[in-house]
Amino acid sequence: MTDKEQNSAGPIISIQGVNKFFGEFQALGDITLDVNIGERIVICGPSGSGKSTLIRCINRLEAHQSGTIHVDGVELHQHMRDIDKVRSEVGMVFQNFNLFPHMTILENCTAGPMWVNKVSAEEAHEIGMKYLNRVKIPEQADKYPTQLSGGQQQRVAIARALCMNPKVMLFDEPTSALDPEMVAEVLDTMIDLANSGMTMICVTHEMGFAKQVADRVIFMDEGKIVEAAEPIQFFENPQSERTRKFLSQVLVH
Amino acid sequence: MIQDTVTEEQLLRKPRFVLILFALTCIAFFIIDPSQSAAGHFLAPVIGDPAESGFYGRFVTSFTLALLFVLNLISISLLPEFRYQVIVVWIELLILFLTFFYSFNLSFEFIQSKIWFMITQGIFTTLYVSAISIAIAFVIAIIGAVAKLSSNGFAFAIASFYTSFFRGLPLLMQVYLIYLGFPQLGFVIDAVPAGIIALSLCYGAYMTEIFRAGIMSIDEGQWEGSRALGFKFGLTMRKIILPQSIPLIIPPTGNQFIAMLKDSSLVSVIGVWELMFLARTLGNKTFNHMEMLITAAMLYWMMTMVLEYIQSRIERKYRKKQKR
Repeated sequence: MTDKEQNSAGPIISIQGVNKFFGEFQALGDITLDVNIGERIVICGPSGSGKSTLIRCINRLEAHQSGTIHVDGVELHQHMRDIDKVRSEVGMVFQNFNLFPHMTILENCTAGPMWVNKVSAEEAHEIGMKYLNRVKIPEQADKYPTQLSGGQQQRVAIARALCMNPKVMLFDEPTSALDPEMVAEVLDTMIDLANSGMTMICVTHEMGFAKQVADRVIFMDEGKIVEAAEPIQFFENPQSERTRKFLSQVLVH
Repeated sequence: MIQDTVTEEQLLRKPRFVLILFALTCIAFFIIDPSQSAAGHFLAPVIGDPAESGFYGRFVTSFTLALLFVLNLISISLLPEFRYQVIVVWIELLILFLTFFYSFNLSFEFIQSKIWFMITQGIFTTLYVSAISIAIAFVIAIIGAVAKLSSNGFAFAIASFYTSFFRGLPLLMQVYLIYLGFPQLGFVIDAVPAGIIALSLCYGAYMTEIFRAGIMSIDEGQWEGSRALGFKFGLTMRKIILPQSIPLIIPPTGNQFIAMLKDSSLVSVIGVWELMFLARTLGNKTFNHMEMLITAAMLYWMMTMVLEYIQSRIERKYRKKQKR
């Protein structure tokens, strides 16, 4: 937890007045958001509301057109030199896992530490097994991704991101591509991670998860942050009409 | 492709179709007039001297051949298994082919005296020229494909100019241009290296497109997953994208190799002693052209069959791997 003490002065992610366009379409409008170390944030909203775009901007898989994004003090822009360093400090988990199908589970996990952080093969192996243990599938280490169930693959994807020892974890709808019976195992892994103090930003429709672990819930619509509040306030007493409408649609079942 | 589990009624079971087919083949044979060929000789007891049998002979031979053809079709369709049908048709076609060659009155002694040299010199040269060329083309294609996909304008320009040029010129012309053009620049180049350069540049251009398609067929998520871990472009290409596209690229590359094996005959024009060159030259002195051409044709065919077999094995191996 030394990182936490060192950087406790400012937010680890600072987004100021960010706008993003896809051609004419405005995907993000004047987004301002600070995320502190150890904070767990859940972003929800209807499809097309820009929530995935927002977290993809945080490790610059997408470029923003105006405003500033700082990750751990480094500003993200087109001409920056050390984007790979930022990316290696920001773990990302995708909706479709994006595991490398030609590599074993363990190789998927050791590739990052070996190729980017330049640790030795033995050390990488150790790191890989440590995090595979943590997501509770060490016995699958020598299999290939397609031999695993969706839930297992997503847990591997989480382990793969953790192997880089990231300061922040981004989750882009991690349970949306899963069969219903596999959602729980992935959410359990994420809750474990949240309880360990990891800074997390999760785009998800799992409102139960949001209630349980989020420090702040952010509701986005049409590229803008409509409401940001602690879960109790967000679910019990939403301020905006749009939030109320969205919640009534999501929570009806 | 998946076969339907329900078979439709075969056309050959319908009398009307069989009659029409018979009539059409009859007319077709009548037009090409088989009465003066071996078939006419065979029917001499019925039509008398084929040369003087005239309209009657022409009709009888056409009728007989059409009848044989249709009966053959029906009997093959009665065979119980797909596999037997294939085998029987193959054997029939081979017999037809051999009778066709046999009718040339070939001197088998001459073939026997030359065939060993054609194999040791001709096939050997053809194979090694093709193998070296495909290996170089493979490397060119990887570089070309990456260049064509890169955001570097210079690299893209070079690569697209290269593929456009070498796909745009006939291979025969490239062979001449390289063999005759390089000496103009001061490099005297031997026939074999010139042939190899021409073949690898030409096939490299075609294979660049194959490789590009292979690379582009990899899901964008792989790029994002790799990028999100902090891998740079080169690392992503080498370790993530290419290893996944190679299995997609190998089968069409095998196809290109088979094509090249035959296109390598074009380098015979600059005097490389490969199979085609020997086929043209060995029979010259004694006017045994046909013997050598047919021998070379058979040798090409056999090489191709072996390669096709190998290719199907490789394809099966990769298909298994993908199912993993």
